[in-house]
This record gives sequence, C-alpha cells and structure tokens, in this order.
Amino acid sequence: MDLYEYQAKDLFASHGVPTLPGSVANDANEARVVAEGIGGKVVIKAQVKTGGRGKAGGVKLADSPAEAAEKAEAILGLDIKGHVVHRVLVAEASDIAEEYYFSFLLDRANRTFLCIASAEGGVEIEEVARTNPDAVAKIAIDPIAGVDLAKARDIAAKANYPEAVRESAAEVIVKLWETFVAEDATLVEVNPLVRDPQDKIIALDGKVTLDENAAFRQPGHAALVDTKTEDPLEAKAKQHDLNYVKLDGQVGIIGNGAGLVMSTLDVVAYAGERHSGVKPANFLDIGGGASAEVMAAGLDVVLGDPDVKAVFVNVFGGITACDAVADGIVSALGMLGDGATKPLVVRLDGNNVDEGRRILAEANHPLVTLVDTMDNAADKAAELAAAGA
Amino acid sequence: MAIFLNSDSKIIVQGMTGAEGTKHTTRMLASGANIVGGVNARKAGQQVTIGGSELTVFGTVEEAMKETGANTSVIFVPPKFAKDAVIEAIDAQIELAVVITEGIPVHDSAGFWAHACATGNKTRIIGPNCPGVISPGKSNAGIIPADITGQGKIGLVSKSGTLTYQLMYELRDIGFSTAVGIGGDPVIGTTHIDALAAFEADPETEAIVMIGEIGGDAEERAAEFIKANVTKPVVGYVAGFTAPEGKTMGHAGAIVSGSAGTAQAKKDALEAVGVKVGKTPSETAQLARELFS
Repeated sequence: MDLYEYQAKDLFASHGVPTLPGSVANDANEARVVAEGIGGKVVIKAQVKTGGRGKAGGVKLADSPAEAAEKAEAILGLDIKGHVVHRVLVAEASDIAEEYYFSFLLDRANRTFLCIASAEGGVEIEEVARTNPDAVAKIAIDPIAGVDLAKARDIAAKANYPEAVRESAAEVIVKLWETFVAEDATLVEVNPLVRDPQDKIIALDGKVTLDENAAFRQPGHAALVDTKTEDPLEAKAKQHDLNYVKLDGQVGIIGNGAGLVMSTLDVVAYAGERHSGVKPANFLDIGGGASAEVMAAGLDVVLGDPDVKAVFVNVFGGITACDAVADGIVSALGMLGDGATKPLVVRLDGNNVDEGRRILAEANHPLVTLVDTMDNAADKAAELAAAGA
Repeated sequence: MAIFLNSDSKIIVQGMTGAEGTKHTTRMLASGANIVGGVNARKAGQQVTIGGSELTVFGTVEEAMKETGANTSVIFVPPKFAKDAVIEAIDAQIELAVVITEGIPVHDSAGFWAHACATGNKTRIIGPNCPGVISPGKSNAGIIPADITGQGKIGLVSKSGTLTYQLMYELRDIGFSTAVGIGGDPVIGTTHIDALAAFEADPETEAIVMIGEIGGDAEERAAEFIKANVTKPVVGYVAGFTAPEGKTMGHAGAIVSGSAGTAQAKKDALEAVGVKVGKTPSETAQLARELFS
C-alpha cells in the first residue's frame, strides 16, 4: 500500500524524523485553519499518489490564511494524471539551503534491503543516476545488522552529504531505518531531504510503501487505506477477501491462482483482437482452495461491473475441485436470478473435472457455455462480449 | 535422477497438525511421498494418524531429523510464525525447506534469507508462497497435484502454481522429471537460475520449461544465465502482457513499475538468447512438444 505524503509525514513524525509543522486539509476552510495555526508563509500541496504535481499546478505558496484557503480551493478537484485531488497538505514554507535524496527499499534481485542516497536531491533520482551515476550511492543493508549510528555515518559519507551536516543526517537516517523496520515498509523515500539555513536536516517530502502481508502485526495500517478514491468494486471484493483489480475492458475474468489469471487476461486480450478489440475488464483471483461461496462472491463482484458484457471463468483445479466451482456458478446464478443477464463462458480442467462439467451440463443454464480449452474459451468470451457491447 | 527431490527424500512437515498441514500431508502421502513425521513444539511426543499413516510429532526440526533421518521439510506454519519455523529448519541444517505459507511479511522473508546466507547456505529454501516441488513417481513436497502427469523428460520451473499445473496438464503426454514452483513473492529462496542450473546437471531432464511473470528482473537474469550455462533446450512463457503499470496482480512480486519488469522486456531477453517463448500456455506447450517430435 502506497501512502500519501501527509500520511508519510505523520509516520515520520511518530518515529522522530524531523518534519515541518503542517497538517492535511479536506477543504479550503480547513486549509485556512491549518495556515492560521502555522502562522506566516505556508505551502499548499496536492495529495495524490503520482509525481509531477508541481508542474500540474498542484503546489502553491500562500502568505496568509486567506490566501491559503484560496490556493487550496484552486488545487482541490484538480485532475493530476488521472488522480483527482481530494486533500491538500498545508505546511510551513521552509527556507532551504540544500536538497538531498535518501531512501531505504527492498532489493529484490539481491534479496536484501538497499539504501540509495545522494547529495543531489529535489529532482528525479533516476535522472541523476543516468547523468551522474557517481553522485548516487547504493549501499546494501543487512536485514539482521540493520542501520546503527556507525552505519548511518558511513551512508552519509558515501552519499557525500556535506561534513557540517553529516552527523545530524546520520541521526535522521537511523530514525528512517527505525521507521522502515517498525512499520514493515518496503520503501521509505525522502526527496528532498533538506538542510535549512540553521543546518537542521528535515524530511520535506516522503513516499512510503507498506507491506500488506504485515497487516496482522500492524493494526494501525488499516486506517491508512484511502476509502475516498478506492474503486467501489475493489472495496466490495476486499470485503470478501477476493483479490480483484478493476481494468477498463468488457470481458469479466474469474480464475484461480495469480499466474493463471494474469495469463487469462493476456489470452483474452489476444482473442479480443479478433473481436472488435474487446479487452479484459478485471483481474480476479479466487485463490487456490476456492469454495462455492467464494465463486459466488466473485461472480457477484464481476457482474456488478456495468462495463462487463461477458464473463470468462477459467479454472484449473489443482487444490480447487472443479465440482465446487461448478456448484458455485450454479448457486450464484440461482441467487442472482433475473439479475444475471450476462453470458458466462466456463473452462474447467483438473481435479474432479468430469463431475464439474456434469453439474454444469445438468443445470443447463441458458447463460452458461462450457468450452473445453483455455484458448477456445477466451475466444468465445471475447466474441460474446463484442456482441453484447 | 530428478532435482531437489527424489525417491530417497524423507520428508517432515512443520505445521502438520494444522488444517492446511493435515490436508496436504494426506495428499502427499496418497501420492507416495515418504513422510516420516511432523514438527510442532506444543504437540511434541504425540502420535497422529493422517491418511492412514501413524506419524510422530516432534518438538523440533533437529529432533525430527535425528529420529527419522529426514532431509526435507515442508512448511505450512501460518505467516506470523513462519520466520521462526524457517530459521529453525536452517539452524538444523536440513537439506531442503519448502515454504508453502502465503502472506509472509517481506521483512521476515528477507530476515530468514539473511540468516541462511550468514550461516553458510546449508539449506536449500524453496518459496515462500509457492506450491512446492514434485518429482513425479518419486516424491512430492508441497501442494502440486500428483495426478496431473507422470514421470518424464521435462524439467519445469515457475513462479506460479496454477500455471505450473496448466503446463503439466498440457504436456502430460511427455511427463516431467521435476516441477518446481519457486513462488511469486519479492524475496524467494530458490530462483529460476538455481533451478535451471540443477536441470542442466540432471541427466533425466532433456528440456526445460520456464514460466515467468511480470515484476522484477529474475527472467532477464535467467536469460543471461541460460546464454552462458545452459545447453539443453529451454521453452519460456511469461504472464502479464496486459497487466497495467502500478497494480499488484495477486502475487506480491507481480507488479510493473516503470519500464522495468514488463512481460515484453522479459520475452525479448529470453528470445535474444535463443529461448522460444510461447504467446499462450498452449502455444508454449506446443513449442515444448516439438522438441520431442
């Protein structure tokens, strides 16, 4: 889960990482109140989970609370690369002497953690890495040893942070590592990490990604989920513990196992090229041991998408038994009754496939077509979706 | 021969008495795997009957190994306790630990991997979040269904469980030496490269099917390895061509970020080193079948 800047800032503050005074505002009036509390010059920043908001007019300075409200009004509702601004961060406008880059992240290739740090910050670090690779320090972090003050000093030196602030930067680095570990983060990025005219080191902007697998020991993380921008179908799927991602096509997809479902999306997209360019409408993995209830809940979510014109149920029964899948389809259609109006193409193979196919044949539901291979079923589903579009 | 697992493998199950552990121990036994006991500190000393077999529950992996000669552990322990379970297996220096558990926090996986490295990599770790490994007709450690196909000449390595089953099914007429599901998590013990190296060295394996998916650069690195080290024919498949950027597709590792990790980049890298890459699972199976005709 990616956090908003204001959430990252709050998280940093709770772990003792220096940040500037400020708070999130949901409307212009709240922005005025926050600005009054801060006093003096403030910066109003759009809260969106994408870059380039400055260029898009999502960051503005204000000299007074009234101007803060005015600027907030202008930013709220902006569409920045498809992300609508629902909140702004109102923070003290800082005096910046220098800007640095800092991050801790998961290094998949080396199966460990990595620190990336540079004395050149405030810009795209990828750009710095391309044009001046020597200016970007990459330091492997041993998950067992972690980052103590000695390691942090080493990082600050390798990053070439100026000597005058190296010690205070090292202290902040230790706190950022504590944040990374304590919060089960896979990314903690500070860009820019700034040096103010008094040589204080401050985290001015932050990006944090949290590991959803750690939810069982991170009870505070559930409150960080943004329900305002969550897709309603994705929210509904989550209630049923279903792994669903809304896409922009017309063929609803239900399958078991992440790899097979990803593959199904591809096969349907290829088939769509032969049928008016229809595409997959979603990713939905009902999991390895899917029961009839789970199948029914999945169908309910997918059929709830008005863009869906046909549904492809693609199951290879490994652990999942095909008869349970067939039962799920039949009972879901029974529950939905006249509400079910979209054709279903079903492909079953594997565990108990004969019984599964028999159940579907016996139910003989007018909306259900049983097709014997994945490729042929994808083609049929695309054809039906194109006909229904 | 086969890789990682053969008819001599003696298997213990960590978390055998839990619901998942019991269910899959039953299935493994039914497929002919030599399960010699289980591990659960709270039930140490108990005898349990699973799938008609009388099995002892030991207090520790070390004790189970000493009493039974076990060399392989399959781990079904819930995410909360999985790190400790894997570290226990590593400390006991068991040869192979297959971590089936899904949903382990990545700080825990990185932690047990670092521990394995710090103690000299005595234990081969497969997973986590994987279906395990099967050498058809010989042994089965994990949750891969044993009745899809029999023993044969293809070695298969995959991040995905159900795609493994799909390809095993499509190529059931040829059969498999070993199929290894390495798991879709960002941090995994055994990689595509490890499996490719083992298949290259395995006399029973004549061709290799490698299944990848979006995210990371494991397939690109595997391509480099194939170019330098693999003489046997390799057929590839990559899932996720139509996956949008920035969305997690079920596997924690299956997410496209920026230009890296796309299915196209992986396909290009594999084809550049002479690997034939199928557009769909069935086309991939066809490419593999042609090697034997």
